Amino acid sequence: MQSDTLELDIWRGDRDGQFQAFTLPLRESQTILDAVTEIQRTQDASLAYRFACRVGMCGSCAMIVDGIPRWTCRTRVVDVQRKGKRLKLEPLRNLPIVKDLAVEMRVFFDKWRDAKGYFEPGDTPPADFAVVAPSSRERRAADVAIECINCGICYSACDVVSWDDEYLGPAALNRSWTLVNDVRDQGQKSRLEAVAADAGCHSCHSHMSCTEFCPKALSPTQSIAGLKRETMRAALRGEV
Amino acid sequence: MNPAWTARLLLAQRATAIVLAFAVAIHLATIIYAVRLGLNAGEILGRTRGNALFLAFYSVFVIAASIHAPIGLRNIFREWANWRGYSLELAMIALSLVLLALGLRAAFAVYGA
Amino acid sequence: MIRPTHFKHGFIAALLHRLSGIALAIFLPLHFLALGTALRGADRLDAFFNLTHNLWVRTAEWGLVTALALHLALGLRVLVLESAGWRERTASLVSGCVAGSLAIGILFLLNAL
Repeated sequence: MQSDTLELDIWRGDRDGQFQAFTLPLRESQTILDAVTEIQRTQDASLAYRFACRVGMCGSCAMIVDGIPRWTCRTRVVDVQRKGKRLKLEPLRNLPIVKDLAVEMRVFFDKWRDAKGYFEPGDTPPADFAVVAPSSRERRAADVAIECINCGICYSACDVVSWDDEYLGPAALNRSWTLVNDVRDQGQKSRLEAVAADAGCHSCHSHMSCTEFCPKALSPTQSIAGLKRETMRAALRGEV
Repeated sequence: MNPAWTARLLLAQRATAIVLAFAVAIHLATIIYAVRLGLNAGEILGRTRGNALFLAFYSVFVIAASIHAPIGLRNIFREWANWRGYSLELAMIALSLVLLALGLRAAFAVYGA
Repeated sequence: MIRPTHFKHGFIAALLHRLSGIALAIFLPLHFLALGTALRGADRLDAFFNLTHNLWVRTAEWGLVTALALHLALGLRVLVLESAGWRERTASLVSGCVAGSLAIGILFLLNAL
C-alpha cells in the first residue's frame, strides 16, 4: 500500500453480507466517517450508514473499526490504522443489521424503556421547583453517569448481551442509575424491580468492555454496581 | 423468576462470597499445612476427631458453598446453555441440597471418624 | 467466538473466574464423597490418599487448588469493583490476583512433591 492511499474493507448487505474493498486518498485529519462519506459520494451511492452531527454529540455514527466499536466522527484514520494495514468497517454487534453499516436500534431503546430509564413524575408532582444541591451525594452520582449520547457502543461491546438477548445492557442500566439518584422521581419501586429481574443488573459480570470503549469515558460498570448495591439493600429490607 | 427472588439470589451470592473468602483462605492454608506434614489419614483424623471447632468451621463452609455454587451455575446455564425456566430452578435447588447433604456428611464423617 | 474486544483484563478475569468456578462445582461433590469414606475408617481414607500419589491425580489436585485460589482472588476483584470504584486499578489488581493464586498453587505443588 502506498502511503497516500487508504484501503478499507466495508461490510455490505445484511447479516448474510460480505466485505467489499474500497481505496481512497489518505487526507489530513481524515476521520472514519469522512472516509465512509467520501466513498458514498464518489464511489458507491448505495453504501448505507448513519450520521447526523459529525461532532460527537448525537451518537448515531458508531461502527466497528478493526474489531473495536468506535464513534467514527471523532475517530481519525491515522489514530487507529496500523501501519500499512487495511481498515475493516462493520456495523455494530448485538443489533440486527438493516443494511451495510446501519443497524436497527429499536431493541436498544426498548430496553431503556424496560429498565425504566425515564423520569417518573408520579400522580401528584409538587407544584414548586425541587431544590437539588449540586453537591448532594445523589446529584454527584447522577452527574458521573449523565453524559450518555445513546450511541450503542457499550451495548455492542457487551459480552452478556451477546449471550443473553434479554439482558437490558449497559446503556439502559446506566440511565436507570441516574434516575435512581433523582430525588424527585416517584417511580423508584418499579424501576428497582425492573433492574433486579433476571435480565437486569446482576447479569453484569464486570467484564468492563462498556467502560473501556465508552467514547464519553463513562463507566456503566460502576453504575450497574450501584444498582446491585441498591438491589441488595432493598432485598435486605424486604422492599423488593 | 420474579425480581424479589433474583434480588435475594444476588444478596445470597455476595453474602456467601464474603463468608467463603475467609473460609477458603483458611482452607488453603490448612491444605498447605497438611501437605507439608504429609497426607496421612490417621494423622488428619486424629486432629479432627471430636474437634467441635473443626465441625463448626466446615459446616459453615459447606452451607455457604452449597448456596454460592448453584447461584453461579444458574447464571452460566442461562448465558452459555440458554437453559431457563422452572426446570433450571428445580435443578439448582436439587444441586444445592445434594452439595449440602454430601458436604455435611463429609464434615460429620471426618469429625466422628 | 474470540473478538478483539476480548483481549482485555476484565474479560480474561471474568472468564477465568467462571471456568475455575465450574471446575470447583464439578470437583466439590467428588471431594465430599472422598471425605465421606472416612465414615468407613482411616484405612479406606488412606487407600484414597494413596490414589493421590498417582501423578495424574496429583496434577489434577494442583489444578484444583489453583482454581480455588484463582476463584477466591477473582471473586475479591468482583466484590471490590462492586463496592468501590477501582476503575484505573483493575488491571494491576487482576494481574496481582492471577500471580498470587498461581504462587499458592505452585507452593502447594512443591510441598507435595
